[in-house]
Amino acid sequence: MKGSLIILSFFATGILLGLFRWIPASWASSNMSFYVLCALMFSVGFSIGHQPDTIKQFRKIHSRVLFLPLTTIVGTFAGVLVVSIFFKHSAAELLAVGSGFGYYSLSGILITQYKGAELGTIALLTNIMREVLTLLFAPLMVRWFGKLAPIAAGGATTMDTTFPIIVRTSGKEFSIVSIYSGFVMDFSVPFLVTLFCCL
Amino acid sequence: MFVGIVTGYLCRNRKIRFENRFILTLIWVLLFLLGLEVGRNDNVVRKFASLGLEAAVIALAATLGSILTAKLLWKPLQAPPKGGLKYFFKKNANRKSHLRDLGSL
Repeated sequence: MKGSLIILSFFATGILLGLFRWIPASWASSNMSFYVLCALMFSVGFSIGHQPDTIKQFRKIHSRVLFLPLTTIVGTFAGVLVVSIFFKHSAAELLAVGSGFGYYSLSGILITQYKGAELGTIALLTNIMREVLTLLFAPLMVRWFGKLAPIAAGGATTMDTTFPIIVRTSGKEFSIVSIYSGFVMDFSVPFLVTLFCCL
Repeated sequence: MFVGIVTGYLCRNRKIRFENRFILTLIWVLLFLLGLEVGRNDNVVRKFASLGLEAAVIALAATLGSILTAKLLWKPLQAPPKGGLKYFFKKNANRKSHLRDLGSL
């Protein structure tokens, strides 16, 4: 919980500093966040490779759990389709937004390119909120919906940003499920987002 | 990321303790940068309320949907597996150790 609040406060500080132009424009260039993202992926990869036991554990994943990314995709689409009747955007557009699975940077950029800034912004906010929801409510999700729930909710973020909270709430045994699911979801984001944008 | 996996594997015999802190710090920097981008974009700031509401509803629906399907997947796992369930990779693995893993799963 403390960790989530620190993360949120960094985001809020960024918004305020950007709003009042206290930071030179060059800082907010997307290039820099791309390099930081690369560094992040490198260190996530490093910490996986650094523990060969973790890779061995991939084989211990129960066959049912291998379907977790699939059920996450199906569940997300079902939820988005239900609420799509309330909004002026088409179901395909909203499915593209939902296909971000919490990967806000990539889905926001992709959707802005294909469908314009407005839907891109919705994609960004939706997927930030999905991540924040996971960070804040992971303990409740485990209690009410089982230990796979925060991994499903985290979508593509479960091997980086929401990974620590999942390990803490679901347990250390779930770290490999979390990485597996995040890995598969991560790969699916660019394909599914592009698919629904072209529909 | 693959470069990281390989590097980490090559360094597996060394004790390195800073990596988790390092990852957390990088996440802080990334979210700070994202906040900067959102705050600087006037178009997004102006429409924030209406776009935010739509985003909130979609996020809630998407999250709830995926959680519910995860529960469907999770429920049978809590019961002890019957003979018909197979393990994907290790078909002739030690059954007892797997049952123990499942118990902790």
